[in-house]
Amino acid sequence: MKKYQSWGRYPKIDKDKQDVYHVYPDSFSFPDTNEDAADAPLFLAYGQGRSYGDVCLNEDGILLDTQHLDHFIEYDKEKGILRCEAGVTFENILQLIIPHNWFLPVTPGTKYVSVGGAIANDVHGKNHHKAGTFGRYILKFELLRSNGDRLICSPTENTELFNATIGGLGLTGLINWVEFSLKKIPGSNIEQETIRFNNLKEFYSLSDESDKDWEYTVAWIDCLATGDELGRGLFIRGNHCEAKKKHKFKTSKLSIPFDAPGFLLNKYTVNAFNQLYFKRPIKQFSVVDYDPFFYPLDAIAHWNRLYGKRGFMQYQCLIPTEHREAAMNEMLTIISESGQASFLSVLKEFGDIESPGLLSFPRKGTTLALDFPNRGQKTLDLLNTLDTITLKYNGSVYPAKDARMSPDSFAQYYPNWKEFESFIDPHFSSSFKRRVSPSQKK
Amino acid sequence: MSNILILGATSAIAKHTTRLFAADEHNLYLVARNKDKLTSMKQDMLVRGATSVNIESLDLSDDNNHVELIKRATDTMGSIDTVLVAYGTLGNQKESEKNYANTLKELQINCLSVISLLTLLANQFEQQGSGTIAVISSPSGDRGRQSNYIYGTAKGALTIFLQGLRNRLAKSKVHVLTIKPGFVDTPMTKDFKKGLLWVSPEVISKGIYNAIKKKREVAYLPFFWRYIMLIIKSIPEKIFKYLSL
Repeated sequence: MKKYQSWGRYPKIDKDKQDVYHVYPDSFSFPDTNEDAADAPLFLAYGQGRSYGDVCLNEDGILLDTQHLDHFIEYDKEKGILRCEAGVTFENILQLIIPHNWFLPVTPGTKYVSVGGAIANDVHGKNHHKAGTFGRYILKFELLRSNGDRLICSPTENTELFNATIGGLGLTGLINWVEFSLKKIPGSNIEQETIRFNNLKEFYSLSDESDKDWEYTVAWIDCLATGDELGRGLFIRGNHCEAKKKHKFKTSKLSIPFDAPGFLLNKYTVNAFNQLYFKRPIKQFSVVDYDPFFYPLDAIAHWNRLYGKRGFMQYQCLIPTEHREAAMNEMLTIISESGQASFLSVLKEFGDIESPGLLSFPRKGTTLALDFPNRGQKTLDLLNTLDTITLKYNGSVYPAKDARMSPDSFAQYYPNWKEFESFIDPHFSSSFKRRVSPSQKK
Repeated sequence: MSNILILGATSAIAKHTTRLFAADEHNLYLVARNKDKLTSMKQDMLVRGATSVNIESLDLSDDNNHVELIKRATDTMGSIDTVLVAYGTLGNQKESEKNYANTLKELQINCLSVISLLTLLANQFEQQGSGTIAVISSPSGDRGRQSNYIYGTAKGALTIFLQGLRNRLAKSKVHVLTIKPGFVDTPMTKDFKKGLLWVSPEVISKGIYNAIKKKREVAYLPFFWRYIMLIIKSIPEKIFKYLSL
């Protein structure tokens, strides 16, 4: 049996407490349910399970597995417009479009996400400062509501439901198919520059200077560095460029076959790795294939097993530009003092391009993404402390990576939630929703 | 570019194999029961590069449909160059043990109806002096075991039929491929507990695609099933009869 869990493998849900239905093209209909019945089932679409916390989980409810919604429907090679079912993955799409020099308008750090999931979490990538979120490129989609309605939603049709569904965490219904626009590229390669920076200040000047001429920017930081070196790391920027050879699609060969012991990633091993990684000789300029540039971790299947069987917790926050230095200083100081090391720490400046999504996470400012092996209360305490800083500086936290934020924090991060609630399908819910908005039973 | 007939096209293995053919810009004729699934599959194949796609919704287990089907597919595409037979059911072993009618039904779907189709196709291919007949059989047909010998009987008979056909058609330059997939994670096997030996239908489909291209005779997929079955086949019956396999 397939395991229905999130990528962080926390929280864990007992197999018996989560039913699964498989959705097939055009033939799916919801069981007749009496809306008011106390035991009316609650649904949630499940794609690739690549969100980290509990937005893709539905304890005591029913998951609608969309793996069989994997068909392309229409592809306009001239205009760069693709229509496909919601379970199609970014990997499937790249295999189709790369030979014609098209690319995804926005992509997260893994290609193993479904298009439906990319909409539900309104994903962003290294080009947020230039392109905004994935939701901006959606031309239309079909939404299946539990009352049987199939609604075409676009910026001009069912507009409010369109905006609510983008970043709507799957709560507005089941997305059947999606039509979105692609991005023209000169070829499948990336010209990339890697630049070492010694502290946060240097990061900000590099980032501000790169925004104009570089399509993609991101930084890896050493979260254990302190003092004058606080926030040191490697800044990576890139642009699409031509490739002489045709891109070859390969499936990843490396795999983590079983759970690593939980203590593998501790402050000593992470510190040793960070020292070596930061100081390794780097080639400042290079031309690389798009795959390792965008998806370095996809090369290792099941990399989440490195964190041991208790799983890990992600924390991705956004701090508005006016508070960025102060907030990042406080956060990085707290993390390095905590002795809980984040193995993959990523820093990125978001731009001011707005998403249509009512609940979208990205907005202008700095985003910091961290992951911590799950050490129980100790880890929860640290993340709660980080929340106090995010709250203090009017920031927010990304639901797709969250498994623990409090209802109060959520209410402050997402003031649009009240408006959003009216678009929720009465028979859709998720573990995340019930956790952050516990006032109602559903 | 060639003309390919896929029987049982909406099965997970057939769907993924057909996608590989679509990317090579062939003409496709897809047959299965479910019209909705066929319709979405047709669009998908056209996007992936198929030159033309025809679909037909039909119950393949009914022999009465076969003559007309082969005629329609031939007329529509001009000729048939390759056929992939991919339909079948796993059946219910326990039910068949109690009820012969059930056994007969399993044999009809997994073996006799396929032989009916292959009789027509073999004669057509023999006459045109070319073509590929690729049929999904099973390692279960290599040795009878208590857990699924009804299915094994059907697949075993099919395997022997294919051996004979291969022998007969060799001089007509018709390629006959017997495909024996091991444990595949598909809707057909959704209730099984999955272990290390299980693979996705994508992996099997690549194996089928390559075996057709390389004109192989028998393809165990993945390859290691050849050795697993070699071991299983070599256990003396005196001991084998007490094993719970």
